[in-house]
Amino acid sequence: MTLDANLHGDVLVIALHGQLIVGNRQALKQRVLDDIEAGTRKVVVDFGNTGYIDSSGLGVLVSLAKRLRELGGDLRLANLNADLRTLFELTKLDSLFQIADSREQALASF
Amino acid sequence: MVSTSALDFRIPSDLAQIEAIVAQVVHRCRECRFDARQLSLNVPVALTEAIANAMLRGNGEDAAKEVRIRAEVSEARLVVEVEDEGQGFDLDACCDDPTTPENLEREDGRGLFLMRTLMDEVVQVEGSSNVVRLTLRRR
Repeated sequence: MTLDANLHGDVLVIALHGQLIVGNRQALKQRVLDDIEAGTRKVVVDFGNTGYIDSSGLGVLVSLAKRLRELGGDLRLANLNADLRTLFELTKLDSLFQIADSREQALASF
Repeated sequence: MVSTSALDFRIPSDLAQIEAIVAQVVHRCRECRFDARQLSLNVPVALTEAIANAMLRGNGEDAAKEVRIRAEVSEARLVVEVEDEGQGFDLDACCDDPTTPENLEREDGRGLFLMRTLMDEVVQVEGSSNVVRLTLRRR
């Protein structure tokens, strides 16, 4: 998995390329934590190029969203394929996250 | 006649190796004409969870300890056994529901739930508490 990070105004957009799983979830976590430390409070994770996520990947998203909300911000998700949506529904995490159909919708939601 | 093919891997407890093993099992399932959703969701997620559990909990992240993954794939089903070098554990005792309000914001605790949800059966091999067997019937 690799990730591209870009600022759109005050929103950090992270586009993942590949699966978000136990072997690489720390890369995403550390990147966002570094940006939080630098002042970022709004984050969109774009899953347009991600096939699946495991429980560790889901856990990192939960952890980061919790941290951002504590600081008055939020982490929102975009471009989930049908499998990813199913994972969020099975785990009921769809009730914890704002999930947008596109990156643009996610950005506009802030 | 249903032909069965087998895969057998022994790998160190290195999380970076999981994805490649999973890809090989998925490839074999694709050859056996498993349903697209099973190939893209059920098999990769459940198998990733099982191998990660073996490395992290079974082997305690000790890179010197190995995980063995044996997969038998046919046009009827996938059966995978994941074995670690740990002391074993009681699978049936692990039944926390990560979807309840009090657990929803926990970072961990979803692995076994996903394995059980995405596979038809997840059991410990009788007499071997450090071997987990996952079964998925082909759709």
